[in-house]
Amino acid sequence: MDYLTAPFRYGFMQNAILAAVLVGVTCAVLGVHVVQRRMAFIGEALAHTTLPGLVIAHLFGWSLSLGGLCAALATALLIGWASRRDAVKEDTAIGVVFTGMFALGVLLMSRTRSYRDLTHMLFGNVLGVTTEDLWFIGGVAAVVLTCLALFHKELELTACDPIYAEVIGLRADLMRFLLLGLVALAVVTGIQTVGVVLTSALLITPAATAALLSDRMPRRMLLGALLATACSVAGLTASYVTETSSGSAIVLCCTAAFMAAYAARSAWHRLRPTAAIPVTKDEPSEVAPA
Amino acid sequence: MNDPWLPYSRGRHAEPVQGAPALLAESLFVTYPGAHGLALRGVSVRVPCGTCAALIGPNGSGKSTLLKAVAGLVSVASGVVRVHGNPVGACHHRLAYLPQRGEIDWAFPISVERLVLSGRYVHLGWLSWPGSRDREIASAALDHLGLSSLADRQIGMLSGGQQQKALLARALAQEADLLLLDEPFNAVDARTQDSIYQAMRSLRDGGKTLVVATHDLSRLDGAFDAVVRLRDGQVETKPLNGVAGKERAWTT
Repeated sequence: MDYLTAPFRYGFMQNAILAAVLVGVTCAVLGVHVVQRRMAFIGEALAHTTLPGLVIAHLFGWSLSLGGLCAALATALLIGWASRRDAVKEDTAIGVVFTGMFALGVLLMSRTRSYRDLTHMLFGNVLGVTTEDLWFIGGVAAVVLTCLALFHKELELTACDPIYAEVIGLRADLMRFLLLGLVALAVVTGIQTVGVVLTSALLITPAATAALLSDRMPRRMLLGALLATACSVAGLTASYVTETSSGSAIVLCCTAAFMAAYAARSAWHRLRPTAAIPVTKDEPSEVAPA
Repeated sequence: MNDPWLPYSRGRHAEPVQGAPALLAESLFVTYPGAHGLALRGVSVRVPCGTCAALIGPNGSGKSTLLKAVAGLVSVASGVVRVHGNPVGACHHRLAYLPQRGEIDWAFPISVERLVLSGRYVHLGWLSWPGSRDREIASAALDHLGLSSLADRQIGMLSGGQQQKALLARALAQEADLLLLDEPFNAVDARTQDSIYQAMRSLRDGGKTLVVATHDLSRLDGAFDAVVRLRDGQVETKPLNGVAGKERAWTT
């Protein structure tokens, strides 16, 4: 047991575990909405488009988080705006914008000499998280989770039945912009832990795992948060013990959890065939007189 | 049109005007952005309170467009729409629009009860959560439509007819007076249609006004108080007083 708890006596490991759990939980809870609205691709795109922002901030000595955040928010607005016109479909707009931004980031990277800092951007450096970073990550977690709690019923309704929402005066595109903004925020903290390339895994994999196990929003969010916590702790421990990349280890734990859940679900349906046939037959039911 | 549009927020709704019909449309013209021609060309309709009106006509005749114009989902080029005497955007809580079933994400992870509870949101607005009274209203609505035993199901686990009834229950929970139903009988079998008709009639008898766009012309006489027939975005209104056999004449 000492063998496994030993790493957490170090200050940098304590910071790392706190950061990984905070980011994991935030992304997982937000990810439940992202997965349900089939916005997985846009999450991926927002993570990649932070790269030029990060590199520019690095070159000028600004805050990396701020640089990444500006780039992600700009992309969210750009995609939202571009796909409002019918000329370009949304997934096409995302494909064009995100690859262009990523290429710009790599181009700028190739002009700098310090490649080590930049691989941290691509693949994360959760072991290098400072107390200052922790405050930023904690702040983002608080903002994202508070917004999700405050606007839960509106987010739910605009995704489930956007037309009804419009009829009662609730604009579905407004809620979508809110969600995109929150994704941009969460993605910037994800880059600290698992890097630009793997951040969307934190957003999607735990939420997708939870979606296999439950058909209620709040339960999915709770499950996703628990999974993200477990995977962060397990991944960090594994990476310390085996001396491998921490971000990849966390993501691979999430992937393993997904595959386990998928197998468990298939086995469940095979054992109980009725559970796989959800739709009930129409029965002429009684209607009480008014 | 400079009618007020009140956004989603608690309690900002106009009260019904005494003596006004549930739905009044006068010389309504609607164009679809980007499309050629007019979807509605001078449609005038008057639906008194407490009646059930059918909206019939071939595909593309403007049935859906008329319902959407009344619901405020498409903008009106010219003409007037009044719901209980008020402009469209001022009385969200009075009006329930039941979209065609395909327009709802039935795989969405919420229970039937919660879908029905969302009918209360128009009364709540931002930063306000359904309370015990809202839950009581929602559960009474479920009970009225015979869905109480299915309240905990995920909405996709219901049959087509049950889904339609869940939408009616939401309109009831909303305490809407005017219900607009877009093709509620699509893709449901005859027995299910019966039970939806039964549910509609019980709502009508409870004082609600229903406007139903439908392809089903087989029983216009029994189920509806009036039939509005649309063709090429124009209207023909005929009263229907239970004269059996007459509906054949309106078959388009």
